[in-house]
Amino acid sequence: MKAAAFAYRAAASEADAVALLAAAGDAGKVIGGSQSLGPMLNLRLAYVEQLVGVRGIASLQSVTLADDTLRIGSGVTHAMIEDGALPDVTMGLLPAVAQRIAYRAVRNRGTLGGSLAHADPAADWVSVMRLLNARLHLLGPAGPRSVMADAFWLGAFTPGLAPDEIIVAVELPRFAPGARWAYRKLCRKPGEFADAIAAVWVDPARGVARVLLGALDGMPHVMDDAAALAALQSPATRPDATTQLLDDAGLNDPDARALHAEMLRRALADLDRFGPGPGAQA
Amino acid sequence: MNESEARHLTAENIEPAHGVGASLRRKEDGRFLLGQGQYVGDLRLPGLLDVAFVRSPVAHGRLGAITKPAGAEASVFTMDDLVGVKPIRAVSGLQGFKPSDQWPLARGKLRQVGELVAMCVAPSRALAEDLAAQVEVDITDLPAVVDMLSARGATPPALVHDEWGDNVFLHTQTHIDPAGALDRVRADAPIVVRRQVRTARQSMAPIEGRGVVCQWDSRLEQLVMHTAAQMPHINRAGLSECLGIDQGRIRVIAPDVGGGFGYKGILLPEEICLAWLAMHLKRPVRWIEDRREQLSANANCREHAYDITLYAEKSGRLLAIDCDATVDSGAYSSYPFSACLEAAQVGSILPGPYRMDAYGCRTWSVATNKPPILPYRGVARTGVCFALEIVLDAVARAAGLEPHVVRLANLVSPGQMPFRNITGKDFDSGDYPQALNRALALLDLPAWRARQRQGEADGRRIGVGHAVYCEQAAHGTSVYHGWGIPMVPGHEACAARLTPDGILELRIGAHSHGQSLETTLAQVAYTVLGIDEAQVRLVHGDTGMSPYSTGTWGSRCAVMSGGAVAEACEALARRVRHIAAALMGVPSDAVQVGPEGVVCAAEGQRLSLAEVAHAWYRQPQRMPADVDPAGLEVTVGYKAGRDTGTFSYAAHACALAIDTRLGTVELLDYVVVEDGGTLLNPQVVDGQILGGLAQGIGTALYEEMPFDDQGQPLASTLADYLLPGATELPPVRIEHLHTPSPHTRFGQKGIGEGGAIAPPAVIVNAINDALAGLGVEMMQCPVTPRRLREALRRAGVGA
Repeated sequence: MKAAAFAYRAAASEADAVALLAAAGDAGKVIGGSQSLGPMLNLRLAYVEQLVGVRGIASLQSVTLADDTLRIGSGVTHAMIEDGALPDVTMGLLPAVAQRIAYRAVRNRGTLGGSLAHADPAADWVSVMRLLNARLHLLGPAGPRSVMADAFWLGAFTPGLAPDEIIVAVELPRFAPGARWAYRKLCRKPGEFADAIAAVWVDPARGVARVLLGALDGMPHVMDDAAALAALQSPATRPDATTQLLDDAGLNDPDARALHAEMLRRALADLDRFGPGPGAQA
Repeated sequence: MNESEARHLTAENIEPAHGVGASLRRKEDGRFLLGQGQYVGDLRLPGLLDVAFVRSPVAHGRLGAITKPAGAEASVFTMDDLVGVKPIRAVSGLQGFKPSDQWPLARGKLRQVGELVAMCVAPSRALAEDLAAQVEVDITDLPAVVDMLSARGATPPALVHDEWGDNVFLHTQTHIDPAGALDRVRADAPIVVRRQVRTARQSMAPIEGRGVVCQWDSRLEQLVMHTAAQMPHINRAGLSECLGIDQGRIRVIAPDVGGGFGYKGILLPEEICLAWLAMHLKRPVRWIEDRREQLSANANCREHAYDITLYAEKSGRLLAIDCDATVDSGAYSSYPFSACLEAAQVGSILPGPYRMDAYGCRTWSVATNKPPILPYRGVARTGVCFALEIVLDAVARAAGLEPHVVRLANLVSPGQMPFRNITGKDFDSGDYPQALNRALALLDLPAWRARQRQGEADGRRIGVGHAVYCEQAAHGTSVYHGWGIPMVPGHEACAARLTPDGILELRIGAHSHGQSLETTLAQVAYTVLGIDEAQVRLVHGDTGMSPYSTGTWGSRCAVMSGGAVAEACEALARRVRHIAAALMGVPSDAVQVGPEGVVCAAEGQRLSLAEVAHAWYRQPQRMPADVDPAGLEVTVGYKAGRDTGTFSYAAHACALAIDTRLGTVELLDYVVVEDGGTLLNPQVVDGQILGGLAQGIGTALYEEMPFDDQGQPLASTLADYLLPGATELPPVRIEHLHTPSPHTRFGQKGIGEGGAIAPPAVIVNAINDALAGLGVEMMQCPVTPRRLREALRRAGVGA
């Protein structure tokens, strides 16, 4: 399959990208590393009249470390994160996740912003940014705005982006000493999209206790409740608490429930096993 | 030093540096590794036009009007435009076979999703696809025939071919019961194990898909088709039949071919369409198959269903096998192998190397609204091995025996060779029990049993499994004429000639789609002529430059092309000796040809092949008046001493761990002990085994082409159709036994498919071994994590 004809413009700057998109109306679309949109165009599952390329915009590659956050330009690739090309404020969570996204050829080109905008419910960055409730910085014709990851996605493959808005950067909280994380994903073979994701981020100094179930039919489900996490961690209350979480995540299929419950169990075990500091994934 | 390394150092196993038996580095690798191979997709011809096809969106429907896009009528073609073109008709001569007509572009009915409806041509593929999207096709949906068992039942949902009256291409019955044992064992066999076994429909996935570049040569008045094919002469025959032009006006060229596995042995409707189009437009045209076309419309294979019963004594000795075998043959009988080869073969090959008193097997080749089932590496053997070997393990469990005890009780022993099995297959040689025993020793079965008893720290369950198979290969006229299909192999020919500077050119009609023939056949030439392999050029894959051959299929090239090359080189050696003797002034029989050149030891004279060739071609004044005028070019045909085939075989064994909560399987160890007789090139053989093994692991654990109840294929990209990759392959250890075939030139046996035959049985046996204590038994492949979890859940294990 070959893509239907489209026009392509490489944007020179963030503002230029927004202007090009605004001029294209509903017919425009941003293309980053082309690892999701490219195949969809070739398979003619997507038709776009005007592609706006953003890989050449230097500001989208910028990484800024602040006192409490790390701001990562949306054009940063999975490979850059995997290779430790930016400061790690997550006790190893981001590089560990990055190195298991697809395979290296995809990671060399695929971008953080592209993954979040594509909004595949089984994609890793979608789950990670929801787990961390990262702040997404957007730019549109009316200027910049930001939105928390908890509020960004409207549904599977549906980011809360206007046709003429772009994701400029993602701002992550810096983990405090004593924070812990665990990230488990199950896939048929390395590089495939996940069948189940379970992740935990506990950051007592920030008052954070978040549990995520991902690779659902819809976007990932987050439980942000220290008491509920405690219930999951206690053998006596674990069965009921797990059932409640699976229900809340909208998991109905018995097999999918069992799989997510098992990945959750393993993620919680990782959290216990590794204590304060980096977690693990498998 | 481990046992395997030690074995390589024993005196009898020291490899030669050249010729038959050397692990010579592959001559073709230089261009492949540097990206300098030339595939169909690499051809660039001036004025080339691209083709995209409109394909059926439904599995079954009546075809109404086809409306071409306004203004583009001259660029869109339907079957009505292809005047005079005949349908593909691959008939089997077996009694009761119902032929199908596969029109290159659909006519009347649509019988599978992806069937060609219209052909669109444009300056680029993208523009051709634009055109295809604008073609309107009226279709009246018909109920789809999707499941082979209901399709052949009393009330099928529909008839795929209305005129047949049922959906069965062919039904066969085999009943071999010389002592009337079957009725008796049905009544009183101590062990009766009956199982329903299924293998999934798969899609072959060579890295390079099919592709055609076709042009009309107005000087030669010849159609020249470049096509990714493994049997170019058969393509030519089929094209000739469908197009109604003589074979001399068709030249089929298969350039480098990136994997075939059987798929590229098939005459495709696309090839006929492109041939017609090139003649119609008098311009070069191209169609390069994309992965979606390959997966969902074209390259389907494998789907078998068995209802099989084994009768045995408590010792494990087999009394009888009784089996109903059904193959989902899809919508059409594909050319040249036909729609029945796969199922009908089950009837004759199921017993394999095992002895038994009685055997019954009924087979059905069933038409469904799916793509035609095509022969894939191992063809029916992978399914047969799976069905028999996993049910043999069930017999072992029923008898309370280790599975190898059951096999050893029934395998043919070396003392019984040559062996005619119950279906009349003539096994040429081999030591099957030794292969199995060595595989278990190599794996260290007792150590795995101990680890299994001890249990894993992480809670996973250990399983050990093995399987034995035989691979009949290079079988010829006496076997194939009985099938009555469009292709019967006869003598295999090689044309050999020395060029004036002493280079040896070998021309053969078979083709390499990864078999390393440029290397192994040069090794054969070395062994006969003593010519360095670097001085040998293989010309193949071109009907215009090679002798006729049925091509590369059935693991036949080492035996047949190897035999033909040896015969041709021997004929050439006689000519060389004659000429050299004339030059030396000695009798012919005083001259020897070998690695030292052309030597007359008695007179202390020596010439090189180049010197002999130079004298013949460029200094004819040196030849005596009565010289044999035939020169240094020969074409010789070859047949094996007996053409019932070689029987290579192997025992594979593996150990694995199952995470019962996730349903995941990790292969921990895998060993292969195989016997290919004399190996032309051991390294090439190992490569064949490993490549086949990867595909077998795909069959066992990953690959499945599912269809919904409307006959829609549900996997159209490699994100949905999972292939094993580097991370899914275990470490593999290979050992070779060496029982030469008495029928072949060097004792070599065909081994090209074997690696893909055993793994599904081996792996599923190990899975069932791991789960035996849980009351779970898998009888279907692939064993996906979800299937495993559901089976465990049904048994009350896990969540």
